[in-house]
Amino acid sequence: MNQWLTAPILIPLLGGILQVFMGYAPISLRRTLAIATTVLLLVSTVVLVVLASDDSYRLYAFGNWQPPFGIVLVLDRLAALMLILTAILALLCHLFAIGGADEGNRQFHGLFLFQLMGLNIAFLTGDLFNLFVAFEVLLIASYGLLMHGGGRARTVPGLHYVVLNLAGSAVFLISVGMIYSVTGTLNMADLAIKIPKVSGENLEIVRAGGMMLLVVFALKAALLPLCFWLPKAYAKATAPVAALFAVMTKVGIYAILRVYLLVFGDDAGALANLGMDWLFPLALLTLAMGVIGALGADNLKTLVAWQVIISVGTLLAPIALGSVAGISAALFYLLNTTWTVGGLFLVAELVARQRGSARDRIVTAPRMRNRTFLSVLFLLGAVAAAGLPPLSGFFAKLLILQSPMSGPEMAWLWSVILIGSFFTVIAYSRAGSIVFWRTVDGHIEEPGPLGGNVSVAAGALVALSIVVVALAGPISDYTDATAIQLQNPSGYIEILKTPMVGEDN
Amino acid sequence: MELVFALVIGALTASGVYLLLRARTFPVIVGLTLISYGVNLFLFSSGRLATGAQPIIGTTDTYTDPLPQALVLTAIVIGFAMTAFVVVLSLRSLADHEDDHVDGHQDAKAPQPEQNEEGTGK
Repeated sequence: MNQWLTAPILIPLLGGILQVFMGYAPISLRRTLAIATTVLLLVSTVVLVVLASDDSYRLYAFGNWQPPFGIVLVLDRLAALMLILTAILALLCHLFAIGGADEGNRQFHGLFLFQLMGLNIAFLTGDLFNLFVAFEVLLIASYGLLMHGGGRARTVPGLHYVVLNLAGSAVFLISVGMIYSVTGTLNMADLAIKIPKVSGENLEIVRAGGMMLLVVFALKAALLPLCFWLPKAYAKATAPVAALFAVMTKVGIYAILRVYLLVFGDDAGALANLGMDWLFPLALLTLAMGVIGALGADNLKTLVAWQVIISVGTLLAPIALGSVAGISAALFYLLNTTWTVGGLFLVAELVARQRGSARDRIVTAPRMRNRTFLSVLFLLGAVAAAGLPPLSGFFAKLLILQSPMSGPEMAWLWSVILIGSFFTVIAYSRAGSIVFWRTVDGHIEEPGPLGGNVSVAAGALVALSIVVVALAGPISDYTDATAIQLQNPSGYIEILKTPMVGEDN
Repeated sequence: MELVFALVIGALTASGVYLLLRARTFPVIVGLTLISYGVNLFLFSSGRLATGAQPIIGTTDTYTDPLPQALVLTAIVIGFAMTAFVVVLSLRSLADHEDDHVDGHQDAKAPQPEQNEEGTGK
């Protein structure tokens, strides 16, 4: 039992409740409290990363029930990595939001913090049904955030997003029911023990349940046949919300990593590596689709939204191959791409504010204010996202390319990623040169100065890709150890033997 | 009992999926609700169907699995909140677009109503 594990859930929960009751307090007070909550959250996740980096599993059992009977929170390297990734992204998005985007809706900060709580539960939970609850918590907060700021443009993509996710929740429940009806447990560690022993006609029920679970996670991660909701919804959302949503697709990827390596891993007998032969071609198709979408984007935010889909494809391809090197490379890329995409959403918003009625559309317009600063930020973000040296995207893609064994998979992976990167560079350079270089004579009404908060937040998020390069050694050591830990689920299963009775009293 | 139960789940889910694929928001919401009823019944049945059994060991000869009941309860609460939200959202969409089509309008080529931002008073 380790009480620290509840901190990333309790801090945003209490902070969020405070915000709910302070809807009519002065906005400066609400902002201060909200930022303080996010900073505290970051501190707690740093503690958890330090705890997790000794390669042991830590457990928190609600109500002190002996696993597998109660709900457990489990901390390992992967969970800690996802927590700190989210906390850093959230702090910078929050900093951007208090630069003005949080006005117009009294509950913005509450929703933002509840969203973080849902994300953190999803990363920490060791129970399949609790994962469903976490998805619902983060989704209902995200519905509110997506609508934030109002406007006709947001209702239709919002409606599609909500209906699609409700259908996804129904499928999630069906697959949980199917798995439970055979195994009689929903604890992930216990499932990892029980599923290899399933045989006969029950096997097909679990197989169907597992594949439906993959459909749900693919919907969250925006894998190809299920990705068309994403660009419209993300491009229309308020900038800090869209930047925070950069981590939402990664929740689906996290769930795939967690469930399919632990429960349906190499030791799962007849169900070993369930669905992974489907995942690889779909991931490559997703990547190709994302590149096509990015080439056709008519505004900067849509371009960045398609970059989210490109990164989903790039992440899932090595994960589907399942080697230690591939998973480690994917985790390295995950860090890089989430922060970069978040930063690019913020930069796109800043550009939109400086260009008058042209907004962030990729059209010629009169010369914008603060062009040097914004164009440098866009250049950094685009270089990191497209994977050009010397920024982190290049090293991440290099690691991914080095990971597979030689064979047809390697040929497919190399060709799709390299051709995809080439066309991504074209998409970014086309967008950048039209928006920043090709100016026409004309007058833009004075757009107001670039605020300190927003510039710092957008700049810091983009500059994180430089930090990732500088710290590439320690980070890749961490992701290597994470991949090794993920490939040996026996340690995770050991948590069932942790004695609960008599401890702490 | 199993056959009736299965037929009910099947009928609810089939009509739910049919309604979910309609083009107006109201049938879509009714479809989602029917699907969630079907899913809740399905989840309930994952603990096996039993009559005259209680979820507490020792009170009756046989006992029934309490966990699916707890799961269904959670799913009902979440489903209720989500349905309430999607109803409000679809009303918002109706007010914004003066049309309850799920895409906001019937067809991109159809003549649009006058877009008068100030005059609508909403």
